[in-house]
Amino acid sequence: MTQDIFLLIEHIQGQVSDISYIMAAAARELAQNEGDSVIGILFGSGAEGLKDSLAVDKVIYCDHPTLSEFTSDAYKRTLISLLEDYSPRAILFGNTTLGADVSSSLAAHLKFPIINSCLKISDSGGIISQICGGKIMVDSQLADKTTLITVNPGGYKPEEGQSSSSPETITFSPPDLENLKVQLTQYIEPEAGDVDISQEKILIAIGRGIQTEDNIELADELAELLGGAVCASRPVIDQGWLSTSRLVGRSGKKVKPDLYLCLGISGATEHIEAITDSKTIIAVNSDPDAPIFDIAQYGIEVDLFDFIDPLLEQIENAKND
Amino acid sequence: MTEIVVIARLVPDLVEELEIATSGTALDLAWLRLIINEFDNHAIEQAIILKERSGATVTIISPEAEGVEDMLFTTAAKGADKLIKLTGVGEEKPTNLSMAQTLAEIIKEINPDLVLTGVQAHDDFTGDLAPQLADLLDMPYVGYISGISLGDGKATAYKEYPGGILAEMEIALPAVLGIQSSEEPPRYVAISKVRQMMNTASIEDRDAGVLETDSGVVIDRMYLPEVADRAEMLEGDEEEVASKLIAILQDLGLL
Ligand SMILES: Cc1cc2nc3c(=O)[nH]c(=O)nc-3n(C[C@H](O)[C@H](O)[C@H](O)COP(=O)(O)OP(=O)(O)OC[C@H]3O[C@@H](n4cnc5c(N)ncnc54)[C@H](O)[C@@H]3O)c2cc1C
Ligand SMILES: Nc1ncnc2c1ncn2[C@@H]1O[C@H](COP(=O)(O)O)[C@@H](O)[C@H]1O
Repeated sequence: MTQDIFLLIEHIQGQVSDISYIMAAAARELAQNEGDSVIGILFGSGAEGLKDSLAVDKVIYCDHPTLSEFTSDAYKRTLISLLEDYSPRAILFGNTTLGADVSSSLAAHLKFPIINSCLKISDSGGIISQICGGKIMVDSQLADKTTLITVNPGGYKPEEGQSSSSPETITFSPPDLENLKVQLTQYIEPEAGDVDISQEKILIAIGRGIQTEDNIELADELAELLGGAVCASRPVIDQGWLSTSRLVGRSGKKVKPDLYLCLGISGATEHIEAITDSKTIIAVNSDPDAPIFDIAQYGIEVDLFDFIDPLLEQIENAKND
Repeated sequence: MTEIVVIARLVPDLVEELEIATSGTALDLAWLRLIINEFDNHAIEQAIILKERSGATVTIISPEAEGVEDMLFTTAAKGADKLIKLTGVGEEKPTNLSMAQTLAEIIKEINPDLVLTGVQAHDDFTGDLAPQLADLLDMPYVGYISGISLGDGKATAYKEYPGGILAEMEIALPAVLGIQSSEEPPRYVAISKVRQMMNTASIEDRDAGVLETDSGVVIDRMYLPEVADRAEMLEGDEEEVASKLIAILQDLGLL
């Protein structure tokens, strides 16, 4: 085993995902204590240029038409083949729709230990993870063999993993990629036409605490009075109460409003990682221990149903003054 | 007939206060309220939807935990055909790989076309169960799924990407899919129907065998997050808090 830290570079439709830069930043921290180089793994088709802005020492690049976009089967096969030639100290994957499709399966295949949901690397090179939606932290150490790590966004800024100097490329020949069991047939873009919540200045965000579809009216009223739009956490979208275009979070949109006023949202990591660029976050929640209060500037611990009416009334009065 | 297996797990309810065991390296399970893993609940719903659409036998497998029988009978009331409880799981949380090994043996006997489970469980630290299971069963895996249709020897599944983009994936069966969201929200069933199942449905017990709790990764410490800057809490009754909020909005030039 070498002391190199590897990371799987993620890209979708020709765009390197932010998590790749975040992983590069984390890998740098890990390498400072643990070892030598930070090495990006890049799979693609005519995609070598995607390495250019990444703060890594080297990139192992594998080119094949089948690898142009991510599929779990082709990526897993190629990674297994690559790890016959390389034996790094650790491999970082995004805890994302791409990374999480291969990391655990690869770990099971190679009997490599795996650590979930790493947020930061500690000063002593330990792994600081965040589980239970952000309510529990775990400090752990790399195992005594190649350890896989899934990385949550939020611990590092993408800028910390960017660089203007292009890393050296080592090419890697693809393995047999015939008879794959997973094929990407098409991307389906979201229907246009709805408001783009990533561009709104004022967002009223509702979570499971809103309880019923009928109550969404309250948020609509508030949004209308303040001149903003309504968005939501996953449970509200999963109920079909609002369209997917209003979803904020890991599988939804990242937002950056001047005001993010959230009602009945607990503040799970998958939600808050997409709202940290908001200028002001104000949280209304009846649970004093809700993690949302750890990232909001202002907190209001009340039952939202007792609070909204007086609020609506006072806003109207304020606007009429 | 299409065979579908769903793995359903109970996880700590995050609305309740979580506590750390005296070892300092695990959750204290003694006082925790457990609820069904939200995404497993979506996996159950998706399996029942597929059964209603084109016929299938749905088997639910759950590791034992406080309340697991109620949960299994609830799934029967929704339409699940067979219920299996994994016994002998013990207090300490086993590694997911070890759990996957045990589950894989049972699943092989069922020889399913499709294995569904939640894409993640929030208390997982040793990898994700579904992709590990897929590897051990030598089946393909795709996660973050929010819709499935079954065709001849293959499934067409919709995988969620950030920003509302979906990737349509064609996956050769048998396969393991990690469910993010079912096509319709998970249904409710009347408690009377669940009670009826308690009298008519049966749960098969299967011994989990030896489960490994050591993943090779040393956990130094588990703890509640220490917060640097907590929100400034606005104090007072609803009326007072509302006027304080309005003052802040005015200060920010938003009103
Ligand atoms: C792979 C993956 C991807 C995910 N992607 C996303 C994503 O993109 N976006 C997302 O949001 N989630 C996502 N999630 C889900 C996420 O983990 C949480 O489950 C979700 O964010 C919780 O939503 P919530 O805060 O609305 O609900 P809960 O966590 O149930 O919180 C509800 C809150 O409302 C409060 N409340 C209840 N009643 C009242 C009342 N009357 N007054 C005031 N407060 C009240 C409660 O105290 C609680 O804090 C993802 C999960 C996974 C595994
Ligand atoms: N939608 C559901 N599907 C399956 N099990 C559930 C569901 N809702 C609740 N349960 C389980 O059923 C048991 C009783 O739940 P409750 O009625 O909410 O007290 C608990 O073990 C729950 O985890």
